[in-house]
Amino acid sequence: MATETPAIQVENLVRRFGEVEALSHVSVSIRKGEFFSLLGPSGCGKTTLLRCIGGLDIPDEGVIRIDGTDAREIPAHKRPVNTVFQSYALFPHLTVSDNIAFGLRMKNVAKQEIADRVKRVMDMVEIAKLADRKPAQLSGGQKQRVALARAIVNEPMVLLLDEPLGALDLKLRKQLQVELLQLQRRLGITFIYVTHDQEEALVMSDRIAVMSTGKIVQMGEAEVLYEHPRTRYVSQFLGSCNLLDATVTQRTGTGALVQTPVGPLRVEFRQGGSEAAAHDKFTLAIRPEKVSLLPVSEGPAENRVKVKVEELIYIGSETHYVLRAGQQRLTAEAMNVKVGSQGFDIGQEALVYLPAAGLLVLDD
Amino acid sequence: MAKIKGEVKFGEQLTTRGHLFRSALTSGPGIFWVTFFLLVPLIWIGVISFLTRTEVGGFERPFTLENYTRFVGFGFFGFDMLYPQIILRSILLGTGTALLCMITAMPLAFFIAALPTRYKNLALTLVLIPFWTNLLIRTYAWQILLAPESPITRLAVWMHLTEPGHPLYPSAMAIYIGMVCDYLPFLVLPLYASVEKIDWTIAEAASDLGADGPRVFWHAILPQVTPGLVAGIILVLIPATGQFVIPDLLGGAKTVMLGNAIQQQFQQSRDWPFGSAITFVGMAAVMLGLWAYARVAGEKGGEII
Repeated sequence: MATETPAIQVENLVRRFGEVEALSHVSVSIRKGEFFSLLGPSGCGKTTLLRCIGGLDIPDEGVIRIDGTDAREIPAHKRPVNTVFQSYALFPHLTVSDNIAFGLRMKNVAKQEIADRVKRVMDMVEIAKLADRKPAQLSGGQKQRVALARAIVNEPMVLLLDEPLGALDLKLRKQLQVELLQLQRRLGITFIYVTHDQEEALVMSDRIAVMSTGKIVQMGEAEVLYEHPRTRYVSQFLGSCNLLDATVTQRTGTGALVQTPVGPLRVEFRQGGSEAAAHDKFTLAIRPEKVSLLPVSEGPAENRVKVKVEELIYIGSETHYVLRAGQQRLTAEAMNVKVGSQGFDIGQEALVYLPAAGLLVLDD
Repeated sequence: MAKIKGEVKFGEQLTTRGHLFRSALTSGPGIFWVTFFLLVPLIWIGVISFLTRTEVGGFERPFTLENYTRFVGFGFFGFDMLYPQIILRSILLGTGTALLCMITAMPLAFFIAALPTRYKNLALTLVLIPFWTNLLIRTYAWQILLAPESPITRLAVWMHLTEPGHPLYPSAMAIYIGMVCDYLPFLVLPLYASVEKIDWTIAEAASDLGADGPRVFWHAILPQVTPGLVAGIILVLIPATGQFVIPDLLGGAKTVMLGNAIQQQFQQSRDWPFGSAITFVGMAAVMLGLWAYARVAGEKGGEII
């Protein structure tokens, strides 16, 4: 498995637009059959990277290998990849079935085979009824399906998706997320999925690369990225985090005792975790749902902080609390598992427990 | 309930009587103009084309088809191809001009659209300059430019395109130079408007799906500029088919075009009924072409213009 040729291998890719580096020395290797997401805010370079892989943009430096072959000299129309565009980019003058058949026609596939494959793909994405419509007569979700069908009918080695669900409403987006994922599992095609929606990336991806200002800041499986973000940026972009400035007072084998604005805390260092753990000052992060809110009388002996409930946002299945401990604000999220009142009101005093395993050391 | 009823009534008044009055006020002058300066004279000419010419150049009853049979070739002196030839020649001139304008305008429109914004208006103004110049002045200017000792002729001699001492006009080439110069703006402007609106991601999609350069143009770009292209071709084709000044001045006044055939009948020959018949056949030919196009475009499901 380790020696298998990656579907896409990008090395030191640089793309400049004037003075701005849209991509600065990006390297990434994407395995065959993987659902890989590029996640980041707009302008972070994720679409540029996708376009470089598709051949729609030419990098200034670096190498792109598609299935081991250097793709720098291969023009877009000869690359074994297809793109689903954010704006769908359907041919307005062609019917749905002609749109889908386009790629096969360009490759001079036999007529009968084109008809068969187009039909099969239309059944797969459930648009068989729309075969004779023009794009102008389709809804957003239908256009999305046509754009997807038009790409996968070519059986590309890699499918590039540029925020394909960005223009759809939330409910449809959730439904299509599941369908896309099932389709990817069924076809076994490598998907490279560009999105700025962190939840979408978490739900769908095998691996995620978080990008910022032309660089990949952290890459890994969804769970690893969420549970062990390495920087403030990643911790804030994927979900939200409480951040605490910490100063080491005593080292204890695998961990340390630190002084923070909320008082002394015990921290466990993770194997292969942040290098910043070696410094005497670093930033600690803890996810709101890892913060447990307890009545004053309860709780373990260590890592306890006395707080006052400042604000309370009840959203049905869970409640979000904004808490104050001295000058420091903390947020906590609790599942409403008890029947009836959850027991905390605004202005009430309480204790929070910050488990040592949930306190992460960040690089910056 | 009654109150609501009253409101509905007021709304109806607004949309029927009030609306009608206002639309008459705004479109009235236009309708008046088209009716009295285009429709009525046109119907009048149509009626005249079926009348008989009098000795002194007027027209009188009985109604007759004679003007049309004469046009098709059955004149006073037996069968004669003169008029069918004239109309064919004019259509040829029109289509030839439209074709040359299309070939010239296509790269020009894309070039202008690709210019930085501040140069676009300058380029469009340059395209429009011939359009603002008087037709006769422009055409006489070409006579001078194509004269035996002109720089252009010398360049042509130097390139072995023509022999020394020979002028480049009168000739078919000179006619087409003058025609393209005259009608190019009519094609460039609507085409340019279409090119500006091109959605380039569609071209990228075609390329992504395996289309090489020429096929991207054919399948993804050309369909997007077709409306502008067709509008431009119609704008060139119709007046170019009726053009006769340029062929006269640059072609040596040897050939009769549809335009001067009509002019001749109304002026020198004082045969209004026959002149009207030629006018109508010319119009019918153009209409037929447009109708055929609309049919084809309609079947393909595209927009007509």
